[in-house]
Amino acid sequence: MSDFSQTLLLTAKLAALTTLLLLLLGVPLAYWLAYARFRGKAVVEALVSLPLVLPPTVIGFYLLLAFSADSGVGHFLVHTLGLELNFTFGGILIGSLVYSLPFMVQPVQAALHNVPRSLREAAYTLGKSRLTTLWRVLLPNIRPALLSASVLTFAHTVGEFGVVLMIGGNIPGQTRVASIAIYDAAESLDYARANHYALVLVGLSFAGLLLLAAFTKRSASRLL
Amino acid sequence: MIDLHLTKPLQTAHGPTLLDVRLSVTAGELVAVYGASGAGKTTLLRLLAGLSRPASGHLRVGNEVWYDQQSGIWLPPQRRSIGFVFQDYALFPNMTVRQNLEFALPDASGKALVDELLELMDLGELARQRPQQLSGGQQQRVALARALARQPRLLLLDEPLAALDVPTRLRLQQALAAAHQRFQLTTLLVSHDYAEITRLATRAVELDGGRVVRDGLPSAVLPGTDTAPNFQLTGTVVAAEPSATGQTLQVRVGEEVVTVAVSAATPYQVGDTLVLTGSVQRER
Repeated sequence: MSDFSQTLLLTAKLAALTTLLLLLLGVPLAYWLAYARFRGKAVVEALVSLPLVLPPTVIGFYLLLAFSADSGVGHFLVHTLGLELNFTFGGILIGSLVYSLPFMVQPVQAALHNVPRSLREAAYTLGKSRLTTLWRVLLPNIRPALLSASVLTFAHTVGEFGVVLMIGGNIPGQTRVASIAIYDAAESLDYARANHYALVLVGLSFAGLLLLAAFTKRSASRLL
Repeated sequence: MIDLHLTKPLQTAHGPTLLDVRLSVTAGELVAVYGASGAGKTTLLRLLAGLSRPASGHLRVGNEVWYDQQSGIWLPPQRRSIGFVFQDYALFPNMTVRQNLEFALPDASGKALVDELLELMDLGELARQRPQQLSGGQQQRVALARALARQPRLLLLDEPLAALDVPTRLRLQQALAAAHQRFQLTTLLVSHDYAEITRLATRAVELDGGRVVRDGLPSAVLPGTDTAPNFQLTGTVVAAEPSATGQTLQVRVGEEVVTVAVSAATPYQVGDTLVLTGSVQRER
């Protein structure tokens, strides 16, 4: 496989896995934040939103420290679980999950919050559990938000640079994603290669947004 | 059948107060709950359904304890045999009319009941539509049918007919009365409409400031109600349309045209002369 397609495949794999895992983790978290009332909710919400405002290099730097065997967490990861995360695909995957978390949680939380309360209550009075209600009533009614959150998470992960560079470096087939490859190529004055990567990213992003617009329009006309 | 004493702090326009209701309801009764807004009518229904938690008291339905402060029992709505019809209907937009009803079935064996309810509520033609394509009256019938699909013992209706025009409302009152009979329900209905209460309810309970202030036969407790017909008008039928329960007529009385729902054995014709009688009460 050429270096070019290997890099693009790795990028797609990272973004797809990040999106999938964030759907699994982010939807329950969004559900909890949308409906639960507890002390310290503002703190949890601020933590979830933190990656939006922090420089990616800061996230990457602290994850780099956390993953290294010298730290308490890293010692546990490396010596007890045998997980070496710095400069590996697993490491940049965890970095991406942290970095893109708000892009999944915030839209889903807002959408759940906007579903009329009586829909949930109606399902409860019909004898349905919270899980059944989430699966059969709430999620189908926030499909547009789930879709746009997934597209944004995917795109945001493709575009990440600072986090990956800090904890992943630039290892072909392991941690060299498209954004790193562009930087690498441009730095070594190989503008043609940088341009190839960049064009693919522009094309994909544009197609993704078009697709999203088409889907949103369709489901909006179906649900409203 | 129901024996309750429930308390719950209320927030009203006139400041905080305490809902404190004692009530005992016999199986098969259709109890109308009325009173000024903020009196606690909706709160009472939500406490019965388990959608809100009472501050203290007890709630027994049949042989079951649904809530008892002393022994710390509180059943969630899922474990109470209730049908709840919400003011905004709360139909699931992602499901068709039939799917809304099927979702409410306790198990998959109730398909025949869904068909019966669609028939009873005159929804057969609409079974494949989605709720947002329906009119207010149609949505209301779906909401009622869905609540019945769970086969509840206790039916709770939160001002279900308030937003509908008069002919639709009359038809739905008939549908509600039919369902109450057919499924041998005990029903609590929040209503502002004295005519509706008189027509439907076997008992009327007035709440004021969170407490029961009147309780008895609708004819006895409703203010200004005189159940004996005390006026008579003559009019001419100018339009007659068949409806689910009979006919909807436009009748000209003097210069005015009024709409009435009727269910006569022989249909009325345009041009027929009718005598309208009824009772008079102060508008509230």
